[in-house]
Amino acid sequence: MFSLENVKFKDVLDIKELKFPADEITCIVGPSGGGKTTLLKLLNNLVSVDEGQVLYRGQDVEKWDPIELRQEVIMISQQPVTFTETVGQELQVGFEMTGRQVPKEEKLKQMMQQMQLDKKLSTSVDLLSGGEKQRLALARSLLLNREVLLLDEPSSALDQATEEKVIQQLANYGHHNDITLIMVTHSLNIAQNYGDNTFEVKEGKIV
Amino acid sequence: MNQAMELSLYQLAAAYVFILILLAIVKLRKIDHEKEIILATIRMTLQLVIVGYLLTYIFQQNHYAFTLIVIFIMEGFAIYNIYQRVDGIINKKLKLVIAISMLSGTLTSIFFFLLVVINLEPWYYSRYFIPISGMLIGNSMTGISLGVQRLISGVKEKRAQIEAALMLGVTPKRATREIVNKAFSSAILPTINSMMGMGIVFLPGMMTGQILSGEAPLSAIRYQIAIMMGIAGSVSLTIVIFVYLGYKTFFNERAQLNINK
Repeated sequence: MFSLENVKFKDVLDIKELKFPADEITCIVGPSGGGKTTLLKLLNNLVSVDEGQVLYRGQDVEKWDPIELRQEVIMISQQPVTFTETVGQELQVGFEMTGRQVPKEEKLKQMMQQMQLDKKLSTSVDLLSGGEKQRLALARSLLLNREVLLLDEPSSALDQATEEKVIQQLANYGHHNDITLIMVTHSLNIAQNYGDNTFEVKEGKIV
Repeated sequence: MNQAMELSLYQLAAAYVFILILLAIVKLRKIDHEKEIILATIRMTLQLVIVGYLLTYIFQQNHYAFTLIVIFIMEGFAIYNIYQRVDGIINKKLKLVIAISMLSGTLTSIFFFLLVVINLEPWYYSRYFIPISGMLIGNSMTGISLGVQRLISGVKEKRAQIEAALMLGVTPKRATREIVNKAFSSAILPTINSMMGMGIVFLPGMMTGQILSGEAPLSAIRYQIAIMMGIAGSVSLTIVIFVYLGYKTFFNERAQLNINK
C-alpha cells in the first residue's frame, strides 16, 4: 500500500526502506519523540519529505491531490479533537465536512456500540472524558469507511479492559472490511496480539 | 442662520483650557502622562494646521493628480497602520493580502459612491473626493484590523482542530470556515453597532460638521445616511476580499498548515 524510499524529514526521520502491506494491520512501536507521529503524517501528506519518496499505490504522495489522498488515507491524532456540540453531530461532521451523505442514525449507534461508547446521540461532547472522546474520534473515522486508517495511539487514554475491547473491535473491523490499518501504539502487547506486522521506530530510524 | 459662526483665534485658544485642566489633574494625581498629553496636543494642532493648508491648496487646484496622490497616501498610511496595530508578526503573504483587499475593497466602494451615488462632477472634485474617501478608508482600516487579529488568533487557537479536519480529507477552506466567519463578524460588528446607535447615542462627525457650517439638518442627514451605507459597503467588501484570500496564506500548495513561517 505504502512504500518509503530513502526518506529524510528534518532531523526527525531517516528511513532507507519501508513497506506497509495492503489490508493488514501494521503496528509501530518505540519510545516517544522517536518520529512515529511524523511517520504517519508523511503517509497522509500532512507534512512533506525533505528527501526521498513516499509512494501510495505506487505513486508518489506528492503527485496525489492532497485532499483526495487524505480522503482515502485518514488519520486520527492522539489528542482527540471535537468539532461540534453533541455526540450525534460529531459522528456526522466528517461526512458533512467532506460533502458526503450522512448515514442513518441506526448505523451511528451501532458504531458507538462497537467502540464501547455507551452514550446518547444528544449527549454533549463537553461531558465526555478523555477516553470517551478518543473512542468518539475513532467511531467518527471508522464510519467514514475509508481505505487506510492511520491511528496515532488510539487507546492511550483508555483503561486496559476497554483498550483490549476497542482494539479487538478495530482489528475485526479492519479485517472484515479489507482496511489497511497502521497504528502507533505504546503497548507491545497490542502489537504482538493484533499486528500482522510490527516494527520499531527509534531516534528516527527503523530498528 | 445659514452662515457658520467663525471661530476666532482667541476663541480657539480658549479651548486649550481643557488641556490645561487635564494636565492639572494628571499632575495632581501623579499620573505619569504629562509629556504624552503635551506631545499629542502639539501634534494634533500641527497636523491639522498642515492638513488645513494642504487641503486649501488642493481644493483650489482641484486637479485629478492631486486628488489621486492624496488617496494613495491615505491608503498607504491605512495599510501601514493595520500592520502596526496587529500584535505579533504578520507573514509576507498575509501583508500582501491586506494591501490587496484594502486597495480593491475601498477603491471600488469609493468610485461607486462618488460616481453613482453622489454623481460627482468632475469625478475628481477634491472637496468631496478626499473627505469621503477618508471616511471609507478609515472605517475599512478599523474593520480589517479587527478581522486580521481575529483570523490569526483563530487559526492559532484552533490549530489542532484544523489539523484534525485536514487529516480526514477536509479542504482548508472548509476546515477554517468557522474561523473565517468569526473574523468577518468581528470586523463588521463595529459598523453595524454604529448604525444602530446613529443619531441617538451620538451625532456622527460629518453630520455635526455640516450642521455647524450652516447646512440644514435634513440635508446633512441625507449625506450621513448615504455615507453610512458607503462605509458599510466598503468595510464588508474589504473584509470579504481579505478573509477569502487571507485564510489561504496559512496553508501551502499541498494543503498543509504552515503557521510558523
